[in-house]
Amino acid sequence: MIVPEYWLRSFCDPALDAESLAHALTMAGLEVESCAPVAPAFSGVVAAQVIAVERHPGADKLTRCTVDSGQGKVQVVCGAPNVRAGMKVPFAQVGAKLPGGLEIALAKVRGVESRGMLCSARELGLSEDHGGLLEIAGDTPVGTDIRSALELDERVFDIKLTPNRADCLSVLGVAREVAALTRAPLAAPPFAPVAARIEERLPVRIVAPDLCGRFSGRIVRGVNARAETPAWMKRRLERAGQRPISALVDISNYVMLELGRPSHIFDRDKVAGGLEVRWGRAGETAELLNGQTVAVDGSVGVIADDRGVEALAGIMGGEPTAVTLDTRAIYIEAAFWWPQAVAGRSRRFGFTTDAGHRFERGVDFATTVEHIEYITRLVLEICGGEPGPIDDTVARLPERNPVRMRIARAQKVIGMPIAAEEMADVFARLALPVRREGDAFVVIPPPHRFDLEIEEDLIEEVARVHGFENIPAHPPLAAAKMHSPAETRRSQHALRECLAACDYHETINFAFVEPDWESDLAANPEPIRLLNPIASQLSVMRSTLVGSLLANVRYNHARKLPRVRVFEIGRCYRRDASVADGDLSVAGVAQPLRIAGAAFGPALDEQWGAALRAVDFYDLKADVETLCFPRRPRFEAAAHPALHPGRSARVLFDGAAIGWVGELHPRWQRKYELSQPVQLFELDAEAVMTVPLPQPSEPSRYPVVVRDIAMTVDVGTTAQQLLDAANAAKPGIVQDVRLFDLYLGPNLQKGRKSLAFRVVMQDTERTLTDAEADAARDALVELWGRRFGASLRG
Amino acid sequence: MQDVEKIVARALGEFAAAQDPAALENAKARFLGKSGELTALLKSLAVLAPDARRSAGAAINSAKARLEQALEDRRAALADARMEARLAEEALDVTLPGRGRGRGGIHPIARTWARVEQIFRSIGFDVADGPEIETDWHNFTALNNPENHPARSMQDTFYVDLKDAKGLPLLLRTHTSPMQVRYARTHRPPIKVIAPGRTYRVDSDATHSPMFHQVEGLWIDEGVSFADLKGVFADFMRRFFESDDIEVRFRPSYFPFTEPSAEIDMKFDSGPLKGNWLEISGSGQVHPAVVRNFGLDPERYMGFAFGAGLERLTMLRYGIDDLRLFFDGDLRFLRQFA
Repeated sequence: MIVPEYWLRSFCDPALDAESLAHALTMAGLEVESCAPVAPAFSGVVAAQVIAVERHPGADKLTRCTVDSGQGKVQVVCGAPNVRAGMKVPFAQVGAKLPGGLEIALAKVRGVESRGMLCSARELGLSEDHGGLLEIAGDTPVGTDIRSALELDERVFDIKLTPNRADCLSVLGVAREVAALTRAPLAAPPFAPVAARIEERLPVRIVAPDLCGRFSGRIVRGVNARAETPAWMKRRLERAGQRPISALVDISNYVMLELGRPSHIFDRDKVAGGLEVRWGRAGETAELLNGQTVAVDGSVGVIADDRGVEALAGIMGGEPTAVTLDTRAIYIEAAFWWPQAVAGRSRRFGFTTDAGHRFERGVDFATTVEHIEYITRLVLEICGGEPGPIDDTVARLPERNPVRMRIARAQKVIGMPIAAEEMADVFARLALPVRREGDAFVVIPPPHRFDLEIEEDLIEEVARVHGFENIPAHPPLAAAKMHSPAETRRSQHALRECLAACDYHETINFAFVEPDWESDLAANPEPIRLLNPIASQLSVMRSTLVGSLLANVRYNHARKLPRVRVFEIGRCYRRDASVADGDLSVAGVAQPLRIAGAAFGPALDEQWGAALRAVDFYDLKADVETLCFPRRPRFEAAAHPALHPGRSARVLFDGAAIGWVGELHPRWQRKYELSQPVQLFELDAEAVMTVPLPQPSEPSRYPVVVRDIAMTVDVGTTAQQLLDAANAAKPGIVQDVRLFDLYLGPNLQKGRKSLAFRVVMQDTERTLTDAEADAARDALVELWGRRFGASLRG
Repeated sequence: MQDVEKIVARALGEFAAAQDPAALENAKARFLGKSGELTALLKSLAVLAPDARRSAGAAINSAKARLEQALEDRRAALADARMEARLAEEALDVTLPGRGRGRGGIHPIARTWARVEQIFRSIGFDVADGPEIETDWHNFTALNNPENHPARSMQDTFYVDLKDAKGLPLLLRTHTSPMQVRYARTHRPPIKVIAPGRTYRVDSDATHSPMFHQVEGLWIDEGVSFADLKGVFADFMRRFFESDDIEVRFRPSYFPFTEPSAEIDMKFDSGPLKGNWLEISGSGQVHPAVVRNFGLDPERYMGFAFGAGLERLTMLRYGIDDLRLFFDGDLRFLRQFA
């Protein structure tokens, strides 16, 4: 809401400067986002009259003007095309300071003396208009400072209104608020009735009382639609951000801005028959003032005549019955439309209007007739004409139920003992009809307030007008109760710390991604789609973090970073019919929190102490093991759509899959234009956040015995197979079997590899003999030989 | 007995000349060994008279003791020299970079997130979580923001191609408030919780990201007031920015889910951002309709809620001007938060 200062002060003029007034409004909930002057600073410019214009002797495009500046006649050289004798213009005298720092001095322009400058609007910083001199009203006395002549010291308040304060969507509404806040008197505009001079009426029928509560109107005949809008009205409209159009349209807009009353002016002679106020019908269309033709239906309110829909109720008038410069007779309409009957309708058609904006928030239902009188008076003053009688059709109006506010409750919610007298004063300042009933106040909300329905609404008014800054800020008292997170759970932040320590940088990426990423990297043909994405490459919800991390790798690789290691913690989303609505779930969608990492380039930054090598599967596997520690995940070869089929493993906790680790499939490496392989992992974060409680046992007092065993097996046999078999069948004294070496090479038979295991043995009761250790070793050798064709490496 | 002194002098000379343990041991053998010169001299005493033998013997033994001491000293000196040489040889260039892996870092927003949790945990707040694809009810209706309400246009909502049980499209939560609804419906007062997380709105320009982070705070008990909100939030600001040179002001505003509602502005009284009021959070006393939707009686329970942007807090804390830096994944930026 844009409110010009002088317009506002015409209703309520407190002894505060503009900045203080803006602050007072802001601190009462009407946030003033700016209160800039309408013109930048300048000085020394007065109204002057051009007396005579002659050609400049030395330049075709210049003129030599004689100007009356109120202090005698002076000669000025001017280059404006529109200069003519008799016009009044802003005149920057010698010594004037213009916006941008230009200082006017006595000058000679091509040999002709010039004692000042005649100004365009742009030269004064009023607009971008540089087409010629700014012509000002002919009745402006010469010599008047142009700032006062054009009211250029006026400020314009740009107020960011909250949706509850529909009553402030007008200059008068803001003035009412100023009066309440400053106690300055409010001068309401006069609504003296304009007597009818003709009998003509337009029949109106309200068919839908749930759409229209009240419909008032009158005919005015014999108007001159070509009349000029007065300068004062144009100035107010322009400063309120409304472009002047034509007298009738301007009057309607002016009253909307001044009183908050959207009205509509029909061309009476284009209305066929009477008006009917009803819901639209399927198949009907409306040809609107903005040039759009829209289809209406039973959820959209309309004003119709015998021909069809002539206006969208409370939103916009129609083209066929619009006033034009040739209009001679008009019908002025002011109605009360129910907020819920208007809400959301215009957005459906893809536009918003000032009228719709107001009606969906609530417009005073009590003053339609007074406001028509006010409009009529302006029409008669500007366009002339003969008014008819006002018809006022009332269908159903909002009830204004008394709202009770308990004094003690208000004090408790606000947290300070505001006295009852002060509360009474707040209601008085807001001019709310109120009575005291014992320990409570009872307020009847006035018809312009749509935000006073419950006790808290009144408590808010008390707190607001009392001033939030006058409410103390105290640390609350609470029972000292201890809290601690479960020991068996790590936070997301602990996982972040862990991966940061593993040389990964955290990134945060959008949850909506390229559809291709989902089909390529998750083989997900049915990702959850956004119905209103901001861009096609951000149109589906990701079911894996991998695509986002690859994008991070690409971004940094493109910026010549040779080595990129990134991770992200975030939710992934997929359709899942098995998910039901729950405390933390939404039916039909699985939204697990996942943690994923990507590594690209050398395993380590190039350094003196380690040979340069590319990061590989086992580097990432180690990171996954570190992240999972102290739990020990299992890894099994398995295919994944994003990963190289021979270099990809499923990660499991106790047999349950919790994620993946592997190398990006070469196909995607090529498609996503990555010069080297990318190693990836992605795990279920919830699983990794769960950690066991330690269950320690007493260390044995007897020495350990160690045997190393090197076995050759077929290359297809995995280390895990041998370890699983050993762990399942090992003698009781074997504490641990660990793989410590791998050998592949020419010394072995083709198709075989050598795996070396360290077997640690210990008894809790006694010292083991060499014979016992050898027997255990032999048992393992025999087991592996039998199960996997393994043989001791010679 | 001049012989003895000569031998001693020679032996001392040879010991001193020995440059390694082997040479020293050879020298020792020459003088103190079985057939060494001093040993031979001792054997030769047998021919002397007992008195002369005694005095000569004492002299030789004293010479022997001196030599043995000199030998020990020389051995130690050689060992020291050897150690010195070895240490010199083993000396490293300690200015070479340390070996091994590098160190990553945590995203600045996650860093802020963790700090906010820490600060609120210090006065007994729990931390809640919740889904990001939400139902209309949890995101709007439960928060007193029914369909077609003008306040809905305050937040442009992303919708997805799934529907809830009532046939309304599911949406990406526009604020963290649905988490407070979920938490409050499953816990009994006193409810003290913050709910940080990702949020989404259809808005993308230099100062808006379609995905961003909020932290929601909620304290419901018997008689938690607006004055308490002022106290808690001002304290939070001072702890978060680690400065007492901060002013906090509350200005009336409107949110469907709180009443009275307040925008919270803050102002630094020192430092580079000194002097300007900066919007930092929306807040207010939880609306009675919302308290009822929590399953609680608003006559008995009341309290406050607030929602602040983690991006905004992070930008002010570290002096970051451009929101987009948070979501580019540019390591040259992120590395500075290691």
